[in-house]
Amino acid sequence: MEVTVEQKDLKTQEYFVNMGPQHPSTHGVLRLVLGLDGEIITKVEPHIGYIHRSIEKMSEHDNYRQIVHLTDRMDYLSAHMNNEAVCLLVENALEIEVPDRVKVIRTLFAELTRLSSHQLWWGVMGMDMGALTAFLYGFRDREMINDIFEETCGARLTMNYNVPGGVMFDLHPNFQKRVKDFLIHFKPKLREYDQLLSNNVIFRERTEGVGLVSKEDAISYGLTGPTARGSGVSCDIRKLKPYSAYDRVEFKEILMEEGDSFARYKARILEMWESISIIEQLIDNIPDGEIQAPTKAVIKLPKGEFYQSVETARGELGVYAVSDGQKSPYRMKFRSPNFSNLFVLEHMAKGMKIADLVAMMSTIDIVVPDIDR
Amino acid sequence: MDNLALKNLITGWEPSAEFNEEEAQFLNATITPDKLLDLAGKLRNEEATLFDFMFCLTCVDYPEHMIMVYHLRSMTHGHEMVLKVKLDDRENPDVDTLCHIWRTAEYHEREVYDLFGVKFTNHPDLRRILLDDDWEGYPMRKDYVDPVNIVSY
Repeated sequence: MEVTVEQKDLKTQEYFVNMGPQHPSTHGVLRLVLGLDGEIITKVEPHIGYIHRSIEKMSEHDNYRQIVHLTDRMDYLSAHMNNEAVCLLVENALEIEVPDRVKVIRTLFAELTRLSSHQLWWGVMGMDMGALTAFLYGFRDREMINDIFEETCGARLTMNYNVPGGVMFDLHPNFQKRVKDFLIHFKPKLREYDQLLSNNVIFRERTEGVGLVSKEDAISYGLTGPTARGSGVSCDIRKLKPYSAYDRVEFKEILMEEGDSFARYKARILEMWESISIIEQLIDNIPDGEIQAPTKAVIKLPKGEFYQSVETARGELGVYAVSDGQKSPYRMKFRSPNFSNLFVLEHMAKGMKIADLVAMMSTIDIVVPDIDR
Repeated sequence: MDNLALKNLITGWEPSAEFNEEEAQFLNATITPDKLLDLAGKLRNEEATLFDFMFCLTCVDYPEHMIMVYHLRSMTHGHEMVLKVKLDDRENPDVDTLCHIWRTAEYHEREVYDLFGVKFTNHPDLRRILLDDDWEGYPMRKDYVDPVNIVSY
């Protein structure tokens, strides 16, 4: 049959499809309204708020010790870092000098959390693209980290291990040994991750050159974390404003230039190696000493405004507190990394095929409770 | 650029800017709503400041007024500052949108509209973002009453 019309001129009627709120690849209750022309995406409109729990409003009624416990329900995969952000805010505002041991313990836990978060992301990304093996592998290796957390603080996910001034319990005597065992187990597995997904032809073709975000756009959209570093934006808070023990360890900030889905994927994989290196540098050098600095039973921040940011597994979590000198903050704002990261999706997906959308979403690595707060 | 140089530069651009809380973590510049668009554009685009990254946008509700708070960072120079806009009309607060300068502002402004009721002039898509469309009132305001869910003690 002779084709008389150029293929690009063939337009279908534009139609809308709801993706979610109950859709496995939206990683929680996120609803995307997609505008489609054939299978080309013309519009992505995220509808959020399905699990909005008014954490900011609740914070205005709670004291600072209680607020710490609210935060690990936001980004549950970075629970430790979220807790740390509020604790650091309080400590910096009151000028509490935290013992060295605490700094190292916090850094170790933060990096283990980052590893476990990236493991889960890797597994889920594989599953989103149809590779169920990756999902099982990711969860298998993650289990070991959760066991380490459980042994020390009794919880596996929302750990509540940080308190203002220090950490809640001392390390379990097995901690060092189990972390080392884990590293011995995990390093070959991480290479296996590369064999399974990173170097897979189908995977590469679905991610390379897809979902491009330029460096300027990444900055303008307020992206942080590996999502931004995939576009070459240097935004690692651990480097920009070192906190805890990050000033005494050596690690590279992973920067990729391409800005496509694969660059964001690669940034996270390489970040796992950096986390392993940080853990290796610290695990044999945990100083002795107290696990908590003395604090008052009722914490009151001085009048003023405070901002503290930490690098979670997804980017910069900022805690902005306005204090009027009472035991509860006058206003508390959580600048969550996912909220900013999510809205780049439309920019990323416009003009792409719907089949690539799931892969793009996976590389942003969203956690919905952190968006809704 | 250090805070003092930044302060002098901003005073040169906008003589009415007030600087308070000298001991605060960041340099705080408070301006009136009509000056916002002009000053924000300069802060973003001028070579000396180049605040290209807005990392936090929020609002604080006080009994007599509201304050919009913009946290800015320059990815090139590495300096940071806080720009504040004082909104005197608490009943119908409105301010220009900054989403044409920083794209991220669009969604943060929708959140502020949703929770505080601040209207953003020229915003392309000002709707509630977290709450239901038919929600009444603005819950993050201090005088918001919800006898069921907010228990005061």
